[in-house]
Amino acid sequence: MEIFLQQLVNGISWGSVYALIAIGYTMVYGVLKLINFAHGDVYMIGAMTGYYVALTLGVTESHPLWHLGVVILGAMVVCALLGVAIEKIAYKPLRKAPRITALITAIGVSFFLEYAGQLIFGADPKFFPQLIESRPLFHIGDVAITTIPAIIVVVSLILMGILRHIVMHTNVGRAMRAVAFSPDAAQMVGVPVDRIISITFIIGSALAGAAGVLVGLNTPKIDPLMGIMAGLKAFVAAVIGGIGNVPGALIGGFFIGISESMVSGYLSSTYRDAFSFLLLIIILLVRPEGLLGKRSVEKV
Amino acid sequence: MIDPYFQLILLRCGVAAIMAVSLNLINGFTGQFSLGHAGFMAIGAYVSAAVSVFLAPHAGEFVTQVWFLIALLSGGIAAGLMGLLVGLPTLRLRGDYLAIATLGFAVIIRVVILNLDVVGGARGMTDIPELSNGYWIFGTLAITVWIINNLVYSIKGYALTAISEDEIATASIGISTTKYKVMAFVVGAFFAGIGGGLYAHLESYLNTNSFTFLRSFEFVAMVVLGGMGSITGSIVAAFILTILPEALRGFDQYRMIIYSLMLIVLMLTRPTGIFGRRELWRWNRGKT
Repeated sequence: MEIFLQQLVNGISWGSVYALIAIGYTMVYGVLKLINFAHGDVYMIGAMTGYYVALTLGVTESHPLWHLGVVILGAMVVCALLGVAIEKIAYKPLRKAPRITALITAIGVSFFLEYAGQLIFGADPKFFPQLIESRPLFHIGDVAITTIPAIIVVVSLILMGILRHIVMHTNVGRAMRAVAFSPDAAQMVGVPVDRIISITFIIGSALAGAAGVLVGLNTPKIDPLMGIMAGLKAFVAAVIGGIGNVPGALIGGFFIGISESMVSGYLSSTYRDAFSFLLLIIILLVRPEGLLGKRSVEKV
Repeated sequence: MIDPYFQLILLRCGVAAIMAVSLNLINGFTGQFSLGHAGFMAIGAYVSAAVSVFLAPHAGEFVTQVWFLIALLSGGIAAGLMGLLVGLPTLRLRGDYLAIATLGFAVIIRVVILNLDVVGGARGMTDIPELSNGYWIFGTLAITVWIINNLVYSIKGYALTAISEDEIATASIGISTTKYKVMAFVVGAFFAGIGGGLYAHLESYLNTNSFTFLRSFEFVAMVVLGGMGSITGSIVAAFILTILPEALRGFDQYRMIIYSLMLIVLMLTRPTGIFGRRELWRWNRGKT
């Protein structure tokens, strides 16, 4: 029972990180029908930015809480700029090209970020400064809930709440949903499709940046290739929840995070990566549109 | 005699060409985006290496060569069977979903091999006899090109091209798209397995790190650079993309950056690849 609770806490904090990244995947897929393979690397850049911002703030014994806020905000701003730059340079010229061309370009961008990251930051892992002191908040049974998972979950939930508000209750969000539904029809009724796509990239990338910092709190070792697996799993989470569906990304993220922690807790951590993909394949075969997705019939 | 380093690079080019041509059958000619080719390569490599190491008798030269052929074929057949197993359920999926499902299978295959202690697990498999030479590799390449070329320009091949153009229209004229897609997938996986076997007996050492997502993507890059639906293109691109990183060794830290930038620029400027759908022996194909 103790292992179960411990892994559950672990899984929930990883799950909220996966969910934050998955939201970026799912939003971009919604408006562009493109798997933005570079998204995982944007998350890596977020972690790296957080690292450097934290160093600039100075290495002290205990950081005040606002340091965390500044670090997260810095990572979000840098990632938002990066995301919109990627969109303008690499994806925009390919709007009308076959999907596979855009997909390969996305993988190219991903490689570029990984290797440029290795060149700039160095290939060795870095150790994220301890912004939050780890101390138990309260106990459930024998398991102590510490500050770090609590902060990760709270920050994620706040960000998701803001996102939910933007998507459901603002004009930008309404335009986003219109573009996702049909770009041509949205264009026709006067939605500035290009600008909405850029905004989608800004929001998605900012969330990935925040996720990078949150991971840095939890597992302090960060390196330029950390985005590959995390990105793929977040994509799996987006597909499991139903791609293009924001609440689905949330559910998928927690689903992947928790089940992965259970596998590493009860079986072996080497099977962890395989298990997420096994889940993905089962879901794709049983319910290809994902848990919350709508079944779409292809018409000619 | 050419120097051994250059010789090794040339042989690696041959193996890469086999992989690229076999992937082109799936990605290019049939239009099914697979990101799991390294998985099939891994199966071929490990099965054939296991046959060579555990089963092959230590007898004369002739027996060794015959057993090498048996080893390669068993690797190919194992990969082909896995292709059938993977293809039957997943080829119902389209486009991006297929890409991510095949990628997932490749990850699963790798993790399973990583946990198989018989073939070395994480330590890797060593002491595989170095049997791959120019005759074997380029002979296999020739046979691969011959078979895939004949397949693609047969009636069955036209069905594959039709599927790549428009799957729904193809189905509507009574062609079983699933059957043909699975066929292309199995044949592609078979040759990937053979390529893996040659790779194992060329390097004489196997480690699961050689069969990651990045490796799959290298083959996709070859197919795309050469032109989706051009065998000539795949071979040329396999040579370019195998030699290029070696040639850029002087700029070691920049080479992968140059590589990725080249890929992006290529996609933005010439998305059809070097050859488009043409072949050296069918130059006018694909002109519209």
